[in-house]
Amino acid sequence: MGGLEKKKYERGSATNYITRNRARKKLQLSLPDFRRLCILKGIYPHEPKHKKKVNKGSTAARTFYLLKDIKFLLHEPIVNKFREYKVFVRKLRKAYGKSEWSTVDRLKDNKPSYKLDHIVKERYPTFVDALRDLDDALSMCFLFSTFPRTGKCHVQTIQLCRRLAVEFLNYVIASRSLRKVFLSIKGIYYQAEVLGQPVTWITPYTFAHDHPTDVDYRVMATFTEFYTTLLGFVNFRLYHSLNLLYPPKIDGQADVELKPAEGKDYAMDSESYLEKLSALSASLARVVAPTHEDEVEMDEFPVEGETAEQMDTRKKEQEALEKHKKLFEGLRFFLNREVPREPLAFVIRSFGGQVSWDKSLCIGATYDVSDPSITHQIVDRPRVEQQVVGRYYLQPQWVFDSVNAKLCLPVADYFPGVLLPPHLSPFVTEQEGDYVPPEKLKLLAMQRGENPDEESEEEDGEEEEEDDDNEKEEEEEEDESEKEEEMKLKKMEEQKTQSDKALPVKVTAGKLRLEDRQRLEQEQQSEEKRLAIMMMKKREKYLYKKIMFGKKRKVREANKLAAKRKAHDTALKEEKKKSKKARRA
Amino acid sequence: PCPPLTPLPSAPLQDIRNTVGNIPMEWYQDFPHIGYNLEGKRIYKPIRNKDELDMFLEKMENPDYWRTVQDKMTGADIKLTDEQVDLVHRLQKGQFGDVHFNPYEPAVDFFTHEVMIHPVTNRPADKRSFIPSLIEKEKVSKLVHAIKMGWIKPRKPKDDTPTYYDLWAHEDPNSILGRHKMHVPAPKMKLPGHEESYNPPPEYLLSEEEKLAWEQQEPAERKLNFVPQQYRCLRAVPAYSRFIHERFERCLDLYLCPRQRKMRVNVDPEDLIPKLPKPRDLQPFPTTQALVYRGHTSLVRCLSISPSGQWLVSGSDDCTVRFWEVCTARCMKTLPVGGVVKSVAWNPNPTVCLVAICVEQSVLLVNPCLGDKLLYGATDQLLESYVEPEEERVQPVQWVMATVEEHSKGVRVLVQHSKAVKQVTWHGKGDYFASVVSDNSNMQVLIHQTSKRWSQNPFRKSKGLVQCVLFHPIRPYFFVATQRYVRVYNLLKQELTKKLMTNCKWVSSMAIHPGGDNIICGSYDSKLAWFDLDLSTRPYQLLRHHKKALRSVAFHKHYPLFASGSDDGTVIVCHGMVYNDLLQNPLLVPVKVLKGHVLTLDLGVLDVLFHPTQPWVFSSGADGTVRLYT
Repeated sequence: MGGLEKKKYERGSATNYITRNRARKKLQLSLPDFRRLCILKGIYPHEPKHKKKVNKGSTAARTFYLLKDIKFLLHEPIVNKFREYKVFVRKLRKAYGKSEWSTVDRLKDNKPSYKLDHIVKERYPTFVDALRDLDDALSMCFLFSTFPRTGKCHVQTIQLCRRLAVEFLNYVIASRSLRKVFLSIKGIYYQAEVLGQPVTWITPYTFAHDHPTDVDYRVMATFTEFYTTLLGFVNFRLYHSLNLLYPPKIDGQADVELKPAEGKDYAMDSESYLEKLSALSASLARVVAPTHEDEVEMDEFPVEGETAEQMDTRKKEQEALEKHKKLFEGLRFFLNREVPREPLAFVIRSFGGQVSWDKSLCIGATYDVSDPSITHQIVDRPRVEQQVVGRYYLQPQWVFDSVNAKLCLPVADYFPGVLLPPHLSPFVTEQEGDYVPPEKLKLLAMQRGENPDEESEEEDGEEEEEDDDNEKEEEEEEDESEKEEEMKLKKMEEQKTQSDKALPVKVTAGKLRLEDRQRLEQEQQSEEKRLAIMMMKKREKYLYKKIMFGKKRKVREANKLAAKRKAHDTALKEEKKKSKKARRA
Repeated sequence: PCPPLTPLPSAPLQDIRNTVGNIPMEWYQDFPHIGYNLEGKRIYKPIRNKDELDMFLEKMENPDYWRTVQDKMTGADIKLTDEQVDLVHRLQKGQFGDVHFNPYEPAVDFFTHEVMIHPVTNRPADKRSFIPSLIEKEKVSKLVHAIKMGWIKPRKPKDDTPTYYDLWAHEDPNSILGRHKMHVPAPKMKLPGHEESYNPPPEYLLSEEEKLAWEQQEPAERKLNFVPQQYRCLRAVPAYSRFIHERFERCLDLYLCPRQRKMRVNVDPEDLIPKLPKPRDLQPFPTTQALVYRGHTSLVRCLSISPSGQWLVSGSDDCTVRFWEVCTARCMKTLPVGGVVKSVAWNPNPTVCLVAICVEQSVLLVNPCLGDKLLYGATDQLLESYVEPEEERVQPVQWVMATVEEHSKGVRVLVQHSKAVKQVTWHGKGDYFASVVSDNSNMQVLIHQTSKRWSQNPFRKSKGLVQCVLFHPIRPYFFVATQRYVRVYNLLKQELTKKLMTNCKWVSSMAIHPGGDNIICGSYDSKLAWFDLDLSTRPYQLLRHHKKALRSVAFHKHYPLFASGSDDGTVIVCHGMVYNDLLQNPLLVPVKVLKGHVLTLDLGVLDVLFHPTQPWVFSSGADGTVRLYT
């Protein structure tokens, strides 16, 4: 047999991995550059299955990359750009040291720069791939666009982020693809369905940031660098998919409306353009003039093996979606100055509503407070001094709740100064056995089209809840010892006999027996199960116990929430009673 | 230093001018003259014959002494004039020498911001201002050359705004490489639940204790990374202080966390439960507690039953042995023995009515005098028919006849050992019995023959602390359980046939299937090992049914049942079917968990025993009772 026998750590899995330091040396990059490269190219470490083997017998904590990944990085043109940049920095420092200002200028003019287009294309070979990875990009861009224009990072980056974010919002409005909104304590979550892909992002509330010191902004900036490139290309493609111009142009008619009445220019053209765009109040110009025949009925192509029922449900879903998209169509909103303008304008416009605000608040207001055609005014004050007849004064939560409920909710709960109903997360889909808050149950009933009296609804909800509880309790009881059940039985029997004594009416014994039998059967079954569990193999038993533990914990948590709710409700009721009594007295 | 004094205006009178020039005057120190005048004659130093005293007198007397200086060039004394003194004073103060010079004259703007029509100076322009500079030409030509050679690149038009185009215009299916398929996309961020809402339902808010618990937890351990909070209106919601942190942590996760595809176990837990025959189909087995035998005041350590199944004997820590009638739970007889009873064993021979009882260092052979009078009479006769052999044999134990008093109680023979006896067990025929002594030597196990009153020590060497011993029901085998092993000896061939590994830490008890091919071993680490002697020396199955240490195990004589009693107070009855077909493995199914004994002193069930004919099981416990389950 030919060939040398390979040594211990020169074969097998040890050859597939490379430590971070070795990878860095192989690429001849400094650690920050290596980090940047990994971020841009989307290379992440791998955990080897046998760490000790890969680590050449040592158990020290090390980061491992796949050798294939690092070899792939070797061919990256960006690496050369990094080196050029290093040389540039060296030259610049030298020129500064010698006070050769003309050289400094010349060097600065010829600063090496690189583009990330090819990396975007390489990481996301298809457009759908890019859409799937858009969540982080959007959240990051929205965060960066709120940064102050000083310090932390380049002003250009912040401006670019703002521009891209606004463009994306305008796309969502134009395509009416927003689906869910959620006001959390962290920020506002949005979910849009872009070309069939759910895209979720979070925006912070508009306050100045308290910049933390233990955050490495270089890492964030590198991510943003990549994300802006990605988002730019995605925006371009999205705009073109809707026949919109990119970079976006405000529609001609709207533009005229938007022009401030005063003759003086509001700001520099480039600035005012972005601001007008970010006002989100005007529609965008199209490449091809929109025709009203756009809304062509979809042709139906029955899929093989699909029953009529499935077709029907699909059709219904489609209809519901269309209805949802036109939720606010025909409504005219006015935003008071204390409500967050941008999120509300965005949400209302995404569902077809018209929106305006005070002229002094922001550019792009289309009508005045006194406009009689306003149907809803969004107010976030305890009370409104001058109310105009013919419009609802509502708190902002109404808009968000209505969007999540896919229908315009009754307005009574949302009048200014009223204690608001809880704001529920639209991202939670309750499975069987999960705790469902009663508000959600009410909402589900409403969506089904039932709209009975509220109180009965509540009771229903409670009943359902109780049923659930009972079931859960039963489940739990199974695990309890039979002795306790026997005790219960005894108690029941005693109660029965007592009731017998108390009343002359006889209770037939047959029924009791029947229940007994059922009980006994249940007991027997549970005991059989317990005995069978005893005979399980050790490994399976472990797994079984783990699964059962998880299930029980879930039930326990749900029960805890239900109990808390019940306690809260009773406390509330008592308070109400007390206040009533006090009023009567 | 003072500037050299200029020739004084008073000098022309004398006109002594030195011509040596500006040289150090020390050079003329040793000469009588000090230089040369204009005519070339020597200038002699003035005759100085002043000594210190003269100098002093002059200083005192001459009022102008302070303004007299010596001219180094001529050596003559010169009196400074008033103007000169004034000049010296002014220079010392750092003022201008000229008295009339005004340093603070009003500034006259020479060049003004207004463009003047005339040049400031009337100087004609140079010639060089009309001809091109050669140096500049050279520099320009160098730059031109550099540009031509491409060393200097022309300034690129600065355009920071990135240009976007349709990147995915030609989606090429070939561009999806292997690495894209291998790529593990980062998991998306978890979507927020109801508790993250600014106005959550009240049940999601944390109570005071929960909040405290949340604060005390490590940040990594917390289930929620925020405290749910309720605000009355949207206006009141503040900024979230950890927003940037969270984005940053997400960034770190994206580029630092190793990614891995993990297969989720998606098993229905019901599928994991083994399919066993229903206990109902495996009847009969004991299911309920039928009788409780009360009477003992302390732990009941051991039980034994007569071969007919009518009488039960129990030994307890209260130094008595009690005989019970099984069906009525009546205590027929109480035998005080004056010591803790460690073990009792009823002779399995139905024609003999004899019970072996371990009390401290001796084994008592007791005739309980219960049941058929003929039977126990015959037993007495049998014992009395013993004839002492001629020659005295050396025995490891002493066989002593009972005294009259003891005889009246039922005790017939005492076998006195050297140390405390902890177990006694009969051979199936009823003539031999074995006793275990708690000792560390080779004298731990002794085999006794009743008819000949003859004992022997089967082992030459000790193999560890013997826990219990057992006779094979049919074949001449003898089982010895030490802490971790069970050794099987052939008594005829006098050799070790097998050594069973129990995989337990400490064997407590052992029982043998009536067929003789299967053994169960209970251990203090709450395991029960089932051995198939034909199969291997390792356990066929290790059952971990009990939660605490096993104290005893038992097989039923006829029914395929075995039971184990444990410190957790339960007796577990299992169906243990052994098939005649050698290819079929035994079937073990737990059929019933019997509870009843109360835990006392952390001890539960101490002994279990099956009825010889009925599917009944007895158990004795630390609570001083014996219970019968039927």
